[in-house]
Amino acid sequence: MPHPILTVEDVTKTYDGFKAISNLTFYLYEGELRTVIGPNGAGKSTFFDLITGRARPDTGKIEYGPVTNPLTDLTRLKEYEINRLGIGRKFQTPSVYVDHSVWDNLVLSLRGTRGVFATIFHRLDSTQRDRIDELLKLIRLADKRHWKAGQLAHGEKQWLEIGMLLASDPKVLLIDEPAAGMTDEETHRTGELLISLAGKHSLVVVEHDMTFVKQIARQNTVTVLHQGSVLCEGRFDEVQAHPRVREVYLGRGKKN
Amino acid sequence: MTDTTSPSTSVNRTRFRAELSAVGVIAVLLLVVFPLLNAQGVVSNFTLGVWGKYLCYALLALSVDMLWGYTGLLSLGQALFFSLGGYMHGMYLMRMIGDLGQYRMPIPDFLVFLGWKTLPAFWEPFDSFAFAMVMVVLVPGVLSFLFGYLAFRSRIKGVYFSILTQALTYAAMIMFFRNNLLMGGNNGFTDFKFILGHSLVDPVEGPKTMRGLFIATGVVLLLVYGLCRWLSTTKFGLVQRAIRDGENRVLFSGYAAASFKLFIFVLCALIASVGGALYVPLAGIINPEEMKPEKSLEAVVWVAVGGRGTLVGPILGAVGVNWLKSWATRAFPDLWLIFLGALFILVVLFLPGGLVSLPSRLAPLWKRLRGPSAGTEAASPATKG
Repeated sequence: MPHPILTVEDVTKTYDGFKAISNLTFYLYEGELRTVIGPNGAGKSTFFDLITGRARPDTGKIEYGPVTNPLTDLTRLKEYEINRLGIGRKFQTPSVYVDHSVWDNLVLSLRGTRGVFATIFHRLDSTQRDRIDELLKLIRLADKRHWKAGQLAHGEKQWLEIGMLLASDPKVLLIDEPAAGMTDEETHRTGELLISLAGKHSLVVVEHDMTFVKQIARQNTVTVLHQGSVLCEGRFDEVQAHPRVREVYLGRGKKN
Repeated sequence: MTDTTSPSTSVNRTRFRAELSAVGVIAVLLLVVFPLLNAQGVVSNFTLGVWGKYLCYALLALSVDMLWGYTGLLSLGQALFFSLGGYMHGMYLMRMIGDLGQYRMPIPDFLVFLGWKTLPAFWEPFDSFAFAMVMVVLVPGVLSFLFGYLAFRSRIKGVYFSILTQALTYAAMIMFFRNNLLMGGNNGFTDFKFILGHSLVDPVEGPKTMRGLFIATGVVLLLVYGLCRWLSTTKFGLVQRAIRDGENRVLFSGYAAASFKLFIFVLCALIASVGGALYVPLAGIINPEEMKPEKSLEAVVWVAVGGRGTLVGPILGAVGVNWLKSWATRAFPDLWLIFLGALFILVVLFLPGGLVSLPSRLAPLWKRLRGPSAGTEAASPATKG
């Protein structure tokens, strides 16, 4: 049995009487690349909010436990504390610092110095510079390092944000619709990048684009969310063939 | 944003150097030439005093801009901290009047008027200049810390934060208007006579003291500018502007954004307070009018006019707008507010970057005038580090 790095058990979250997440149970195993799909309003964003400390569950358990660390209860921690544990989150709309250079965006994301006074006297060392150079190559922005992030194309911003996530050296990556607004070629390259990250990192990717899901899911598990709980889990072709999934995804469309 | 293809640090560095040399020249003019001209009688004592006040306003403007332009926190109550610094220094200056007041009593006139025979206990330590200076730091420091702690912990943002800061200064103003606060009521403090043993009013010594105060204000402004400039180049400065542009990303990158905001809020309260402390002996008066919400709003206008998110902009805006105000309130006393409003609207509509963005806005025009042969700007990105 592989080791779950992220444990979500029986979690419920209600907003003004609306159950955004209801009795959700979800395990992410170390080194896994998990894809989460689900129709609009299935609770995907709330799911990420709960793990990253943006929202608190009404009931249930959310724990983080890489093999090397003791188990940590995430429901009591703040966003920045959860991030420091090694959980990185990429937002759906690229969230980069538009007025900073690509380089500075990565400097800010690099693992290490986070305190108010520590940042005042912080200096980059050569290892950190090399790490940024390495990341710039990986996200193909080496020749745009001095560009303001706001001047990048949409797809490049998405890549920059992925680079920023990697800069913090996270164990778990939560990635919300990475392919949104990308060209087919960019989407494919993003898929390859994510696949290459699995193993060293554990990933949860929320996505709508089925070609992309198929590309990255391969033999890995796909989780289908529906009305705040897990509808089914399995390999991509299994999930695709699942009658309830077809009903949820296609049936409603036909009725309307 | 006019330049979309060649953003490079070499351009930034050139701008940076240009800014530093401009600041150097202005500093020499202000700290050496201007006082010398005053000593020679070319610049009147009145003018020197007025310009001294402008420099204090520049400190207030810097504090507004470090919050608004650099961190995205629009404080509409910075004049409160300015006033508090002024009041703390004012208490010392009131004590230095000794028994030279109207009533010839060893306690401030307004206390005599209120029926006091001896000095209230909390006034006593203010005989010491050092104590007053400590209070200039401590009182606004503690207040801003408490307010900031509560506001940022509760994640109060945007317009709600602005409204609360405005309410805070309004509440303080009402408090200071009350006589039983024993802080001079609506008259505040005035009729100062001495500072550190030097006369402020003596026909011979007075102008010299004012000149000293002017130079001290200039030096403090230069130091605060230097501090802000330095901070903006550190990783702290990067975090500060990152909070402005994407607070979520900052939080989800492991930074306790609230702690950064709290630190900046307190720092800015102190900058404003020091400005206020320097203002009081130059202006010769401090009263609760300085805490009026309009005062804080005016400071925001200075910053917007000068150029938000820059450090030269607020200084330029504070001096420029107040210079205009001095002129307009004399030339068109009834129309001054219309002037101010029109200026604000014009800048927001046509020059969102403020006065400091004027050169770069005019540059393309200038190039066209010089003809197409004038070299194109081919800036190759220099390697960082």
